[in-house]
Amino acid sequence: MAEMKYTEDHEYLRVDGDVATIGITNHAQEQLGDVVFVELPDVGKVCAKGEEAAVVESVKAAAEINAPASGEVVETNSDLESNPGLVNEDPEGGAWFIKLKLSDKSELDGMMDAEAYGKFVAEQS
Amino acid sequence: MSMNRGGRPTSAQGGGSSDSPTFTGNRALMIEEPLLFEVGDISKTGVDLDEPEAHDSRLGSLARSEIGLPGLTEPEVMRHYVRLSQKNFAIDAGIYPLGSCTMKHNPRLNEKMARLPGFGDIHPLQPQSSVQGALELIDTLAAWLLELTGMAGVAMSPKAGAHGEFCGMAAIKAAQLAKGDARSVVLVPESAHGTNPATAALLGYKVRDVPAREDGTVSPDAVKEALGPDVAAIMLTNPNTCGLFERDIVAIADAVHEAGAYFYCDGANFTAIVGKAKPGDLGVDCMHINLHKTFSTPHGGGGPGSGPVVFSDAIAPYAPVPYVVRNGEEFTLVETAGAAKGAKPFGRQTAFHGQMGMFVRALAYMMSHGCDGLRQASEDAVLNANYVRAGLRDVMTQPFGDRVCMHEVLFDDSFLKDTGVTTLDFAKAMIDEGFHPMTMYFPLVVHGAMLIEPTESESKASLDQFIAALRDLVRAAKGNDKERLTGAPHHAPWARLDETRAARQPVLRWSPEKPAEAAE
Repeated sequence: MAEMKYTEDHEYLRVDGDVATIGITNHAQEQLGDVVFVELPDVGKVCAKGEEAAVVESVKAAAEINAPASGEVVETNSDLESNPGLVNEDPEGGAWFIKLKLSDKSELDGMMDAEAYGKFVAEQS
Repeated sequence: MSMNRGGRPTSAQGGGSSDSPTFTGNRALMIEEPLLFEVGDISKTGVDLDEPEAHDSRLGSLARSEIGLPGLTEPEVMRHYVRLSQKNFAIDAGIYPLGSCTMKHNPRLNEKMARLPGFGDIHPLQPQSSVQGALELIDTLAAWLLELTGMAGVAMSPKAGAHGEFCGMAAIKAAQLAKGDARSVVLVPESAHGTNPATAALLGYKVRDVPAREDGTVSPDAVKEALGPDVAAIMLTNPNTCGLFERDIVAIADAVHEAGAYFYCDGANFTAIVGKAKPGDLGVDCMHINLHKTFSTPHGGGGPGSGPVVFSDAIAPYAPVPYVVRNGEEFTLVETAGAAKGAKPFGRQTAFHGQMGMFVRALAYMMSHGCDGLRQASEDAVLNANYVRAGLRDVMTQPFGDRVCMHEVLFDDSFLKDTGVTTLDFAKAMIDEGFHPMTMYFPLVVHGAMLIEPTESESKASLDQFIAALRDLVRAAKGNDKERLTGAPHHAPWARLDETRAARQPVLRWSPEKPAEAAE
């Protein structure tokens, strides 16, 4: 069973074994507005925690998606390149960005679960 | 004449228009203008040329029978461009309060000076002996810029703000490499112009964010924490993009220098401090100056821009070629590295010497204002922004509290909370009121940002009208008249355009065959 983790940068990680599927949360896509462009890394790229992994551009702003944990990119969601609007339609489902093979699962320890993230978003707005 | 609708706005025409349609689709003097390709016809021409004499073509298979260019008569061309220009909104037409862009009036005296034959009709490849006056003008403008900034050296050739940023940061990189001190990181505050991290990245640096503190400014402690032996420079805008003066700038500069790094100041907002503070006194090592903002040369489609860069003693030797050197009454344009003593230019960025026409306009602005006039222009720009702030502070919300701003005033969208009206709606409704919208959703650190820069060009009467109109829009947003904003613009030639589709499916090429198909 996959486990959900959230960061303060409004990224989610769906962790299954040592692979995390990473995307941006529904709250993040609401803040960004209509997404018009997504840039994905090459498969095989090794990211350090906090390093830029992808770029998302909306009608309002461009934002970096930083790797929330260290690891190697094992798959990217090429659907987003042809249909960036998917990020608005299904952010926490079909519009995942990358799958990362985690190199150090202990990096997930401090991250929020769904309940804590919900509270975090409520406090921010 | 058929209109090709491919790539045209799909939303309904502005309100008011649909009540009484006209036969042509035109609205009095607002003409529905087709593309040049749709006006023209390949059989028409604006000039009567002789048929070419018979000759052997040397193009072979490269020759094309049709090149697909429209043929137009001169009246057709004139009407097309005049009609397009009538749809344009410019600083000459009304208030243009685009924050961080300094859309100030372009004095017509500047234009007159730029058209003097000795400046307007010369060529960059003329012998230097025949353009001594132009070189003297570049040298004089450089001297004014050095005086106003308190800096040691200047590069005149960069052609825009971002071009200037690249120049300054390339000089910083060259200075560090010359010391054998290669560094890899540039610090950029969160409220920076987007061009700052882009410049750093283009030069191969990694960008490290510096968070702002609660009051919207950068704290020296945050900078100290981010500094290290790998940091080459900090890029800081002052006044910053929140319209606030970075009051700890000297402490920040000291910390940066102690760590062996340099201080790049983004001069986009220099207009607020001309004649009041010299960047050289604040510890700045490099700063670009947007002549097309601070010194009133045209921009926003009317450009070109011009972005000279000033340097501290430490960086000045690395300034790029070309530059003007004065020997007594003679002026020389130095084109090659090593031609001047002590100079170690990092290279060159432009084919020639920069935007001569803009140099003439900027110097005309400076000389016609004088030192006292330049100072007063800055004071008036700050006064006008604060007048707008004072006129709106009880109905709109400021992200960092009600405090004196510099040349631009920043509001956030918390006053629109629970109204269903967004910053975008608010901006579109300003179009109906006859104003260019303010800068919206920038800086990114503020939610639903609205950044208003009235500049010194506006009179009290025009500011009063602007304030009254915005107050009325706030009343509409909070009352029962939301549609006035959410459906805006109602009175523009076109209503709300589909910006998302324009970005996702841009139609970049006109094609007669498949007009409705969007290019991917």
